[in-house]
Amino acid sequence: MKKQNTFIVATAVTAAVIAAFWLLLAAPGYTGNEINMTRGVTAQSMISYKLHMIILWICVVIGVIVFSAMFYSIVAHRKSKGYEASQFTHSTKAEIVWTIIPVLILIVMAVPATTALVHMEVAPETEMTVKITGFQWRWKYQYMEDEISFISSLHLDSNAARRLASGTNPESVENYLLEVDNPLVLPANTKIKFLITADDVIHSWWVPALGWKRDAVPGFINEAWTEILEPGVFRGQCAELCGKDHGFMPIVLNVLPKDEYQAWAEQQRERMAHQDEETRRLWTRDELMATGENVYAAQCATCHQADGQGLAPAFPALAGSAVTQGPVEDHIQVVLNGREGTAMQAWGNMLSDSDIAAALTYTRNAFGNETGDVVQPQTITRIKNG
Amino acid sequence: MSIETTHSHDESHDDHHDHAPSGFLDRWLFTTNHKDIGTLYLVFSLLMFFIGGSMAMIIRAELFMPGLQLVEPDFFNQMTTMHALIMVFGAVMPAWVGFANWMIPMMIGAPDMALPRMNNWSFWILPFAFTMLLSTLFMDSGGPAAGWTLYPPLSLQGGQSFAFVVFAVHMMGISSIMGSINVIATILNMRAPGMTLLKMPLFVWTWLITAFLLIAVMPVLAGAVTMLLTDHFFGTSFFNAAGGGDPVMFQHIFWFFGHPEVYIMILPAFGVVSEIIPTFARKPLFGYTAMVYATASIAFLSFIVWAHHMFTVGMPLTGELFFMYATMLIAVPTGVKVFNWVSTMWRGSMTFETPMLFAIGFVVLFTIGGLSGLMLAIAAVDLQYHDTYFVVAHFHYVLVPGAVFALMAGTYYWLPKWTGHMYSEKWGKIHFWVSTISVNILFFPQHYLGLAGMPRRIPDYSTQFADFNMISSIGGFIFGASQLIFVGVIVHCVYKSRKAATAQVWEGARGLEWTLSSPPPYHSFNTPPPINASTVAHADEAH
Repeated sequence: MKKQNTFIVATAVTAAVIAAFWLLLAAPGYTGNEINMTRGVTAQSMISYKLHMIILWICVVIGVIVFSAMFYSIVAHRKSKGYEASQFTHSTKAEIVWTIIPVLILIVMAVPATTALVHMEVAPETEMTVKITGFQWRWKYQYMEDEISFISSLHLDSNAARRLASGTNPESVENYLLEVDNPLVLPANTKIKFLITADDVIHSWWVPALGWKRDAVPGFINEAWTEILEPGVFRGQCAELCGKDHGFMPIVLNVLPKDEYQAWAEQQRERMAHQDEETRRLWTRDELMATGENVYAAQCATCHQADGQGLAPAFPALAGSAVTQGPVEDHIQVVLNGREGTAMQAWGNMLSDSDIAAALTYTRNAFGNETGDVVQPQTITRIKNG
Repeated sequence: MSIETTHSHDESHDDHHDHAPSGFLDRWLFTTNHKDIGTLYLVFSLLMFFIGGSMAMIIRAELFMPGLQLVEPDFFNQMTTMHALIMVFGAVMPAWVGFANWMIPMMIGAPDMALPRMNNWSFWILPFAFTMLLSTLFMDSGGPAAGWTLYPPLSLQGGQSFAFVVFAVHMMGISSIMGSINVIATILNMRAPGMTLLKMPLFVWTWLITAFLLIAVMPVLAGAVTMLLTDHFFGTSFFNAAGGGDPVMFQHIFWFFGHPEVYIMILPAFGVVSEIIPTFARKPLFGYTAMVYATASIAFLSFIVWAHHMFTVGMPLTGELFFMYATMLIAVPTGVKVFNWVSTMWRGSMTFETPMLFAIGFVVLFTIGGLSGLMLAIAAVDLQYHDTYFVVAHFHYVLVPGAVFALMAGTYYWLPKWTGHMYSEKWGKIHFWVSTISVNILFFPQHYLGLAGMPRRIPDYSTQFADFNMISSIGGFIFGASQLIFVGVIVHCVYKSRKAATAQVWEGARGLEWTLSSPPPYHSFNTPPPINASTVAHADEAH
């Protein structure tokens, strides 16, 4: 008798503690962490949420029925109560019933699951196209109709705070790890097609508020579409393991009303035109060094480190290296085309010629490298064009 | 192997083969005895369980709070990769082979495994394979860091040490294939006269099916990693788009292996639980035949659902629909199993010794993992769930309180038989309760993290995920520490326990293994035992 009571009390206490714990966290007053899937801001995400809740409740009901039967049996059919074991071994009727009922539930479930999938995968006529390219470890966005393009990397504040033993409390950084330097700006209420690919390894582009993720596979182009129903800022992350900084390539969407988006796009077109002019003119050494320092911090320091010492063995030091101090043409080739079989990417298609020139000038004259070389954007353009 | 039908059926009369060799090397290195090899497998897997577990502790410690406090991201990735490789190939799979070695001959009335020398070889490959795999952590280019799925092109960025990983996987595959051949040969050829297939204990049935799965898919994995090897070192382009290859093809090949692989880890667990519940319910297993067919159906379905791991790679819609429907279908035979276990308990006369507690824990928590699996099958929603902590929670529920709890249940269940001593029931129960509570604190919040948008395999996270990660880590530390109780109970049972076990051990136990003394003689069933209603574990009178 005593043993049996201990067991029942132990089970009940455990169940009560666990239940209380989860209810507490799920209570509306609890302002801490989100515990459910977002409803999102697209038709797709709302379908996804609805479907998620349906299947979740089906699972909860099945769980409650099965576990209730089991726990009733555990409490009632125990030897300590003197319960005599029945010796039945099967019941064809029951077995048929509990094979057919799950099949019916699944068929009922398959109907909304199929329509939802068709809606998500089959793109309607779209109004604009954005090409997304994943790189280790940043995203490049190209607006196909507007010839706007830019790179989006982890914001410098997060990037500094996330270093091992950085001494910065992540709580003090706004949107820690979920902030970028250049967010993807999109118009609301517009059907947008995404062409998603990658340059090096497989990444996955995911903003939960849109309701899907899609892998970015090098050498292949995946399509996806969206229509965002309300303006706002939405955040996501790379979802496919892509190397050491997989956790540090966030995605930020800045969704604007259509007219504001048009104004932004106009501004960007001017910026792109200005960038062309910048590439053609001659730069002073100081300009190159100043720009180069910023480009280095945003793009290169992740691997080669802020002090140019690298991170052995995968990421070589730039300070005192044979490349940064050797012939400038070789150095340019490495930066433009990357190094096969290493994490060094081909930057030629990612950064503007002036940014590349500035970064080259900077690395050849920083960290104790004293080549005195000045690399002009024109030189980069010339070499790129063969 | 002697087939001396004239000899007395009492094993203790069997003379010169009856005792284990006295020399340490003779006993353990050169052994061809199924019980010794079983012990080797089990000890090895326990060691790997702790090595893989310490990696999990490093992972949970780094994820305890936002910011990087302990390890660099690259090392973190090596830990997640190695943790999975070690747990899958080093802990769970060898543990099941250990159980197979110990129990299958004793359950079907065979004197040993069919191929004893190959049995020795298939075990002794493993320590070398895992030494090689672990040694990569100390090499210049570090251990594998692309996840246990080894997706290219990322895995191809690994340095020279990658060749060691591939070779280690080849060796594990060879070991598994040899183990499976042995299991199949034993079950099909060495059953005692009268032990027909449909009289075999369910653990034997599930292992027979598992062995066929292993033989079918381990060569596929070997092929996949070999192609990675040549892509990496010999300039081929199987998975390199620039050379005409396709990185997604690797994922198809890998998961054609990988999905049956997860059933390889769980089917023997179904078997063990199906042995334990009837024993402690003092009632025959409900629907024995249905259980056998359900297991076979699950094994068949496991071959046609692999791409549900890949709903986001950009498959054609029809492909996604096919894999969604096929995956949902798995719920039916799995449901049959759960309903049968509950029906076995129904109107039984239950007691709750440690093996039963772990078996009940298995049924409840594995079912939770199964239900979240049903959610993941819905492709449209999987586009949200995929690659998040929701997936991490799902597969840990089926593997830890699933497969690992079944391993523990089986250990407590047969430990008195193996050692001849009773383990400490009190500490066994403490181990169960601490493990069960902490494993839920560890993995349940991970569902929330995933739904709220936390991707898997990240070393650091945004502050909005801080609370649940801390709770999860605390659960992880308690769960990790509580496994020391398990070791304590085993060591105590083997070396210190003075309470002798009877041959029957458990009041409700049925089956051939319980007709042998505890511990069983070094060579058991040299003469085939009589098979009748009292020695068959599951007598389904209708058949």
